Amino acid sequence: MFGTHYRIERKSVVLAVAIMVVASIGGLIEIAPLFTIDETVETDPNMRVYTPLELAGRNIYMREGCYACHSQMIRTLRDEVERYGPYSLAVESKYDHPMLWGSKRTGPDLARVGGKYSDQWHTAHLVNPRDVVPESIMPRYSFLRAAPLQTAHLGDDLRALRRVGVPYTDEMIANATADAAAQASPEDDTAGLVKRYGDATQVRAFDGNKDTVTEMDALVAYLQILGKLSSAAHTPPVQTAQK
Amino acid sequence: MVSGLTVNERQRALVVLAFLAILGMAMTAFGAARGDLLQMHGFVVLLFSLIVLAPVLKGYFAPEPPAERLDDYYDDPIKVGIILAMIWAVFGMGIGDWVAWLLAFPDMTFDAAWSSFGRLRPVHTTGVIFGFGGSALIATSFHVMQRTSRARLADQFSPWFVLIGYQLFCILAVSGYFIGITQSKEYAEPEWYADIWLVVVWVVYLLLYLRTLARRKEPHIYVANWYYLAFILVVAILHIVNNLAVPASFAGVKSYSAFSGVQDAMTQWWYGHNAVAFFLTAGFLGMLYYYLPKRAERPIYSYRMSIVGFWGITFFYMWAGSHHLHYTALPDWVQTLGMTFSLMLLIPSWIAAGNALATLNGAWHRVRDDATLRFMMMAAIFYGLSTFEGSFMAIRPVNALSHYTDWTVAHVHAGVLGWDALITFGAFYALVPWLWKRERMYSPVLVEVHFWLALAGTLIYVFAMWNSGIIQGLMWRTYNDSGTLTYSFLDSMIAMHPYYIARAIGGLLFLTGTLIACYNIWMTIRRPGPRAVPVGDTPLPLPANPQPAE
Repeated sequence: MFGTHYRIERKSVVLAVAIMVVASIGGLIEIAPLFTIDETVETDPNMRVYTPLELAGRNIYMREGCYACHSQMIRTLRDEVERYGPYSLAVESKYDHPMLWGSKRTGPDLARVGGKYSDQWHTAHLVNPRDVVPESIMPRYSFLRAAPLQTAHLGDDLRALRRVGVPYTDEMIANATADAAAQASPEDDTAGLVKRYGDATQVRAFDGNKDTVTEMDALVAYLQILGKLSSAAHTPPVQTAQK
Repeated sequence: MVSGLTVNERQRALVVLAFLAILGMAMTAFGAARGDLLQMHGFVVLLFSLIVLAPVLKGYFAPEPPAERLDDYYDDPIKVGIILAMIWAVFGMGIGDWVAWLLAFPDMTFDAAWSSFGRLRPVHTTGVIFGFGGSALIATSFHVMQRTSRARLADQFSPWFVLIGYQLFCILAVSGYFIGITQSKEYAEPEWYADIWLVVVWVVYLLLYLRTLARRKEPHIYVANWYYLAFILVVAILHIVNNLAVPASFAGVKSYSAFSGVQDAMTQWWYGHNAVAFFLTAGFLGMLYYYLPKRAERPIYSYRMSIVGFWGITFFYMWAGSHHLHYTALPDWVQTLGMTFSLMLLIPSWIAAGNALATLNGAWHRVRDDATLRFMMMAAIFYGLSTFEGSFMAIRPVNALSHYTDWTVAHVHAGVLGWDALITFGAFYALVPWLWKRERMYSPVLVEVHFWLALAGTLIYVFAMWNSGIIQGLMWRTYNDSGTLTYSFLDSMIAMHPYYIARAIGGLLFLTGTLIACYNIWMTIRRPGPRAVPVGDTPLPLPANPQPAE
């Protein structure tokens, strides 16, 4: 064995190829089957997609690095389920490109934060967390309230997501900009938005101001949908595990 | 520096810089037309190319360098790489300590988007891992590949392209986070165009390495080079697969990952854990395997342990990533595989660490007297300790407690401060006098002071985070007699406050040590020593190499 190595280490290309082969095995065996084994991801025919406003909010969540302190993955442990709600299923992040499961809880898990607090609470909390929770160490995000949301190219975002597997329709892509504005403007015509994304779509002035669409609107809209795209985690596993 | 390049090489530099300037202008124009942040990054690329252009133009009309230069090693890029690494160290650790204080006193920042914790945190991680660590790895790899091959670098242009091109990647990454450009993948935050640029730089790096090895005058490739090669090759594989994405538009910064949900989680932690393995471990083991035996003037303890350690690390590490996803929606069979291989990984890790420490047998008096060698010894000890801790934390029930807590942060910093940074400082303290042809460092006392500051800082940091992590984990799972959870999340957060202050103080000590190192290195470069002869570096013709003992 060491004799063979004595010869290999005299040839740089052989050494390089050997390194690549030896290093590739683990990843191939652990990752490739995740795409082919059906049981890896549960099925949920009623799974919804993010609306353009929620998607924009998700991009702000990523831009601000929220994932560095907040996980979105409730583990299968009793205390986590009691604290945060039913443990997370793979199907719930099926349309998350990339996933935001996180790795650290400086703040609490957010996988099921949707609907837990009011819009006003979220807005006040984001403007200055210590106004609402005096001991909080979260940064202030007051600038989100003043920043108008960029919606002009949201159609491109939806199209890119469709290319990686999210079932956005042509109609959704064509109306992305208008739908983003409509979701934060309850007095406008929102019939098209609700028709495209379903009756459960939340249409509100999320930041409390119905005249403008801000980054605060988008982020709160996203936080309020967390854990609500699929109800699979709340139904008994027998119904979701088998197709 | 530029006058050492041939006219042909200077012209190649001009062509590359002109290409970058045009690329920068195009990015600015397309980005502006779309109203996208890409215009800012186009401006960064343009500015970068102009800044690098200045010294190239200044030295452009110098006479051709003499042909005798080819009889010696080519060390200019190594010198610049060391200085760049130290600049990144101060920057990255400075931001790191700032964000550490922010966790204790959240309003210790500006009321502006760029300075919020969420944007500064990847600036810290990228600054220290890729800026400091990456520049140090590139610089030392150029030194080690030449000395162990006893051959000059294959050409003079590629090393500059790799070193400076890599700086552009790091600058794009860090400036991007400040202005809000990130794809949010941990330790792989830069967007698609920066990722493509890194692939170009990396291919040139690999070719340079292989071409230099091809010129070697030693029949065998020394073990340090195996590690550097694994670092280059495997990081390339990880980087390309993890960053597969579809841009929303070629005139915009935003892209969407090719993978989603559980597959993306597995891919990201396959990348994330092996960035630890092949960036933060294999590359630095390359450093350890050269500079430690050189400084101790002892041959590597065991050739066979080198082989077993190297191939064990290369094979086992790639399976271990899934231990970051215990009890999640990742299928159990992958979690079990990840845990099993993480435990087996302890064997090659300890073989590598033990091989390094056993090399010091017969040289322990040097460890006592020479702070530079002590840096390397302490690095090997921290490497052994953190790999043990890593395998321990990969056990599922242990991970149930440690995951999501500061224990993970303690573990990471035991590795990066205690192992990566200490071996780098040890290597630099050995290298700087060799490269600048000084008898020794400007002040051995300051090296000593740096050693104790770095060690104290690391220990305070790690103990603070162990305490806070374990307390956090226990508070989250404590039940009272009536069967309900005792503590709210907020209770656990309040309990962290004193530890966060202790951690920030530990970080400050470490940063102070780094600043002292900068001063010491700078003074060594500026003041010629009494004897302008390099002591200890391997000369080209003489066979004075540390050879692995049979």
